[in-house]
Amino acid sequence: MTRLRSWWSEVTLLRHLVLAAAGLLVVVAVLESAGDFRSLQLASMAYLGLAAGGLTILTGLNGQISLGHGALMAIGAYTTALLLPDRESSTPLALVVLAAVGATLAVGVAVGYAAARLHGPYLAGATLALAVAVPGVALFFKGRLGGEQGLRVVLPDIPEWVLDLAFFVTGQELTRSRYVAYVAWLTLVVTFVLLANLSRSRVGRRWRAVRDDAVAAELAGIHLGRARVSAFTVSAAAAGAAGAMMAITVRLAAPSGFTLNLSLTLLTAVVLGGLGSLTGAIIGAALLTFLPQVVTGWGTDAGLSDIRAAELAPLVYGLVMILVILLAPSGIVGTLRRLAVRRTRGGPEPAPPATDAADPAAPSSSDALTTTSKGTSP
Amino acid sequence: MLSLRDLSTSYGPVHAVRDVSFTAQEGQITAVLGANGAGKTTLLRTISGLLRSRHGTIELDGRRIDRLSPERMPALGLAQVPEGRGVITELTVDENLRLGGLARGRVRPADLQRVYELFPALADRRAAVAHVLSGGERQMLVIGRALMSRPRMLLLDEPSLGLAPRIVTQIFGLVRSLVEDEGLSVLLVEQNARSALSIAHRGIVLNLGRVVADADADVLADDDQLRHAYLGF
Amino acid sequence: MQQLVNTALSGLTLGMVYAAFALALVMIWRSTRVVNFAQAPMAMVTTFVALAVIDAGHSYWLGFGLALLSGLVLGAVVERVVIRPVEGKPEINAVILTLGLFIVLHALASVVFGNRYRSFPAPFGVRGVEVGDTTLGITGFGIFSIAAVLVVMALLVLLFRVTDLGLRMRAAAYHQEVARLLGVRVGRMLTLGWALASVVGSLAGLLIAGGSLVHPGFMDSIVVFGFVAAVLGGLDSPVGAVVGGLLLGLSLSFVSGYVGSQLVALTALAILMLVLTLRPGGLFSQPAQRRV
Ligand SMILES: Nc1ncnc2c1ncn2[C@@H]1O[C@H](COP(=O)(O)OP(=O)(O)O)[C@@H](O)[C@H]1O
Ligand SMILES: [Mg+2]
Repeated sequence: MTRLRSWWSEVTLLRHLVLAAAGLLVVVAVLESAGDFRSLQLASMAYLGLAAGGLTILTGLNGQISLGHGALMAIGAYTTALLLPDRESSTPLALVVLAAVGATLAVGVAVGYAAARLHGPYLAGATLALAVAVPGVALFFKGRLGGEQGLRVVLPDIPEWVLDLAFFVTGQELTRSRYVAYVAWLTLVVTFVLLANLSRSRVGRRWRAVRDDAVAAELAGIHLGRARVSAFTVSAAAAGAAGAMMAITVRLAAPSGFTLNLSLTLLTAVVLGGLGSLTGAIIGAALLTFLPQVVTGWGTDAGLSDIRAAELAPLVYGLVMILVILLAPSGIVGTLRRLAVRRTRGGPEPAPPATDAADPAAPSSSDALTTTSKGTSP
Repeated sequence: MLSLRDLSTSYGPVHAVRDVSFTAQEGQITAVLGANGAGKTTLLRTISGLLRSRHGTIELDGRRIDRLSPERMPALGLAQVPEGRGVITELTVDENLRLGGLARGRVRPADLQRVYELFPALADRRAAVAHVLSGGERQMLVIGRALMSRPRMLLLDEPSLGLAPRIVTQIFGLVRSLVEDEGLSVLLVEQNARSALSIAHRGIVLNLGRVVADADADVLADDDQLRHAYLGF
Repeated sequence: MQQLVNTALSGLTLGMVYAAFALALVMIWRSTRVVNFAQAPMAMVTTFVALAVIDAGHSYWLGFGLALLSGLVLGAVVERVVIRPVEGKPEINAVILTLGLFIVLHALASVVFGNRYRSFPAPFGVRGVEVGDTTLGITGFGIFSIAAVLVVMALLVLLFRVTDLGLRMRAAAYHQEVARLLGVRVGRMLTLGWALASVVGSLAGLLIAGGSLVHPGFMDSIVVFGFVAAVLGGLDSPVGAVVGGLLLGLSLSFVSGYVGSQLVALTALAILMLVLTLRPGGLFSQPAQRRV
């Protein structure tokens, strides 16, 4: 049993592929039983999960914070919208997504080179500026980018072979909503396999090394700036893919969809799920997708107007985010994992170190949030 | 005056100070000697309250102080000069000294005057940012700052570290004269045992956190075996 | 020519306000090594407090005073309740907490005050001051803004340079352990630092709001401008923050006047990227001094 387990943790690529295939099976099973509304909701969960996945790599593995992943999604989404203006547009969807990722990547490199290179609050500040600036760009170039109304996204016809394949496999007609959901989830799974492998590779080890101890990492010959910029760039690319998925799901790219709130909400998802964990990113995305209705329901029941009740969801996210950092900094996944470890070891956690009276809040390894990011299988 | 009984302090599993007992007499210089890593700094930080002991007691004039926070030390008449001197380099010389006075409530101009007389080198640079001071000047500054709080006992952590022998002699001479002329008591933590014993009345030798010798300074200095084993001269 | 002068004048007014906000960020950065992004919604909330007081029929000045007072309390509470527990833990914890606070305050304000734009009064004229027969691009309220920020800055200089309390606060910010050994109650000093910074932030909020519209997100872009101004000045330097704020206010005013107000935030981003690439330590440092 133990030997099987250690073998399983060694064959990284195989493990990730098997998990991905299993994940896809679950996706098919769920989507085939979902109606149009549910399908679109699940597609939203997929694009939020994609963006959160990118963010969790940056924050959990490299210890940096981006407040601009919503804005990076906007870049992916507007690229998609520009490439899919009407039904006659002949760009295949896969190319559109690649272009969206490419455009976001370019912005990511530019912002990352300026800000991620440096240690300190610079990346957080620059991405915050990005989040605040991007909607204004869409408003300024009204002619090209559609101003307040935004750009409509026209989903190309579903290719024949996809329709045939879907019918052959599932025995049901593939609706457009379900198609979108499949595309979004497939993108998520492919991206997560790439991210998971990357984080287990040498690159990922470098990111972690820089996060844990920049001085030691530098002594070990790691170029700090390069490691930080590359982590941000990869993370931005995931946000670009998320933006493309958002565009085809909502069929619209408009400034109001990419407020600062979106960026901050993504951060919530990542913190709730557990920094550095892709599984956590999906859990966080699920909460972001399904929790608002519930909470808004409570609000209207309590007599709030719809608009005000809609603000209860972020209120809950924000509060939970604060509580998570104060009480369980490893998030949902980290906490579960620690409980599991404790059970299998059958003992209590190691005794707290430090009798340091000077600093009652001295970091102890069990709750420093950045040490909880081991294991990133999707 | 200051007496420790069975004092132990650890960093998690690392027991840095183990069952240390000794008494530092009033009006004397008590030297705590030992190699790098012997636990000297840990001991001093435990006394001043920056670290909490695992067990054991610390008494000042018969009153237990081992559960007090470091902020209370100046009021008790204890002034610690931390390892690495603890100059606040962003503040000016004058501001550093004034902080020492504030530790006792307010800055007395007479005290400031006296410190500048003791250390004329500082007087010339009152308004300079402490960042520009040399190592010796910094050591003078922190001793002066400690004196500003009118302490009864001075706790010094390796004042000689990184200083030229001439400066060390000068500073140690000054410490000795403060003790002789004004009745100050000093707990002097040093690796530089030879210099420390030359001014100390009593010496305590620590090794791996334990007291391995506690005797008059001249006895220690004459004990060749001990010197070779623990003091490196 | 007249447009040029007017653009410069309104840039000066805005610049003073950005400077105040940057100063609030720098004060907290220096003492706790956190950029308090929640400074924006904190100032927003205190501005809404003023609005509530004024809407209830009380005078502008009562609202103004209560807003500053609530800023003081809010800053202290935030430091004690939210920031203090993660002292000494990885910096990222504190940053995430300020962002959590950001979301919470935003949402709370939307729930309590509603999401729509509301107009905020100004105690002095909001029309250009007239000199002879030309109308200058500076309003009575603009002059008040500049004066208010200058007074606050002078008070801060007095506090930090002249008083014993200010000396203790600086000691606590620079070297916690030594400060403790010198009897300084470091925790209290940090709380006080946050409280004062929050007052300065609240003042900036009131000045931005005066004579214009407020809604829960109205300070979001100001925190960006404040941050960019602070980075221009080197992030650690109060004087740098003020100079950075003025420079940024002027630049953004020209972009807004001659290109388009929608691109103001983008310009701020561009300036930030430029500074970080060429002079990461701020305009007044040696080039590329603060790498990594
Ligand atoms: N902050 C710390 N955390 C863990 N171990 C420490 C810490 N500080 C010191 N130690 C260990 O405690 C022991 C005593 O150190 P210290 O008191 O600094 O000795 P000295 O001042 O005599 O050189 C050493 O083994 C050192 O490695
Ligand atoms: Mg030492």
